[in-house]
Amino acid sequence: MSDLSSRKLSRRKLITTGLAATAGAAGLGVAAHLAQEYGLVPPDHRGIYGLGETLTYASQRLLTRHSLAREFSSSQISKPPFANQIDPLTDEFKRLQAGGFADWRLSVNGMVARPASFSLDQLKSYPSHTQITMLQCEEGWSYIAEWVGVPLSHLLDLVGVLPQAKYVVYVSMEPNTWDSIDMADALHPQTFLTYGMNGHELPVGHGGPLRMRLPRQLGYKNVKFITHLTVTDDLKKFGKGLGAAAPEFGYAWYAGI
Amino acid sequence: MARLESAPVPLPACVPTSASAIPAATATPRHSALVRVTHWITTLCFFALLISGFEIVISHPRFYWGETGNDLTTPLFKLHIPSSRSLVPSGYGYVLPDQNGWSRYLHFQSAWIVVLTGLLYVSSLFFSGDLRKNLFPRRADLSWRAFSSSIADHLRFKRPNAAEAWSYNLLQRLAYLFVIFVLFPLVIWTGLAMSPAFVSAFPLTVTSLGGQQSARTLHFFVSLALLLFLLAHVAMVFLAGFTNRMRAMITGRPGTPTERT
Repeated sequence: MSDLSSRKLSRRKLITTGLAATAGAAGLGVAAHLAQEYGLVPPDHRGIYGLGETLTYASQRLLTRHSLAREFSSSQISKPPFANQIDPLTDEFKRLQAGGFADWRLSVNGMVARPASFSLDQLKSYPSHTQITMLQCEEGWSYIAEWVGVPLSHLLDLVGVLPQAKYVVYVSMEPNTWDSIDMADALHPQTFLTYGMNGHELPVGHGGPLRMRLPRQLGYKNVKFITHLTVTDDLKKFGKGLGAAAPEFGYAWYAGI
Repeated sequence: MARLESAPVPLPACVPTSASAIPAATATPRHSALVRVTHWITTLCFFALLISGFEIVISHPRFYWGETGNDLTTPLFKLHIPSSRSLVPSGYGYVLPDQNGWSRYLHFQSAWIVVLTGLLYVSSLFFSGDLRKNLFPRRADLSWRAFSSSIADHLRFKRPNAAEAWSYNLLQRLAYLFVIFVLFPLVIWTGLAMSPAFVSAFPLTVTSLGGQQSARTLHFFVSLALLLFLLAHVAMVFLAGFTNRMRAMITGRPGTPTERT
């Protein structure tokens, strides 16, 4: 191989590399635009871990948008179910608990046609649904239980979600505890507001009287003691704009991995 | 394909050593740029996965078999180390700081990068012919005699000869093939089988392993196997000549006597 031909080779290489880089950059730009357009970018996409989170969330949305979490037989229910530690209960919670949660309210506002507030009895009067699914903690442990509740989609139908809505924010009675899900998860048939477990009322240790249940996401996304929902198209208005309290403590917003 | 397979011919002393004058045989690097770049990206990701994986494990250093497992059920085995969560009956009177948040972010980001890097590397293996040339055992090595002599050489810690700086020996080829086509696919599979959303779309990936906790336990063991490979790999690099081997994986060329002049 002569001096000349190797130089030619390197010039050709330079040109092809340049073209490939330009095409790559343009492709990335188009991909980013499409990802934003189709809701494939999670609210915690900034920062050093944004790349991984965006790849995970976008892939999950493309592959698993409508898939159903695995359901189990009643013989597979864990006895007894393991409850993780909860923070000390607030005085207001204790007051409501003393009254048998008769005064517990779930309020719904934001991008809805008819903002509303529901008592537990009202929630229980709607057609109840049951699922035997697994709860997986991000720590590594898990259990299977039977959950009874009203699908979130039923409630969203009642209040009339506006077409431009993108997320549902849910707030706990526990201080500084709130989270959000996109409409794909909010309207998913297994996303429940849960009030019953294994044939009983949902115990306080498991988030009773009302817990968000998302069997396709890890335990910490299944927030306990739900009192409030806000339907929105922009998560930047909430907290630090990361979509939930969890990312403010370093935990991913999307917990389907 | 145009690459020359023969070992390089040492340069005669009279040849000027400017880059353009090096014959094609030596101009062909020991490891192509793609192999070198993917190797070091994989190295970085592997350490990130190892550290973050360990941090995740210490939040619940108990392992189970089947679908479920928690502090109330009997573990298959547990690691006798302190935990980063207070509820775990670790037997230690103290709790380590919780590092799960960034560990999980880092774990999945590194996993993405290493999987994409691995796909690039493996497809290049097929397209460049390196798979047959560099990783499949040479025809001459396909005998028990060659296999046992390669094992004997390793057991005697025999230093490789100069020609071996330009190709992989039999055990090396088998080890790399096992890591690339068995351990890496297994660790990705068992990892994905722990994801509640992923298995909702592909339930067979977890049921075939015996359940979500089985997948976690297997993920742990496959990671251990990869760690063992890493230790052996680094030990062999030292044994074969650290400077020479590192140089080959960084610059593409192992040190040769002529280069030292």
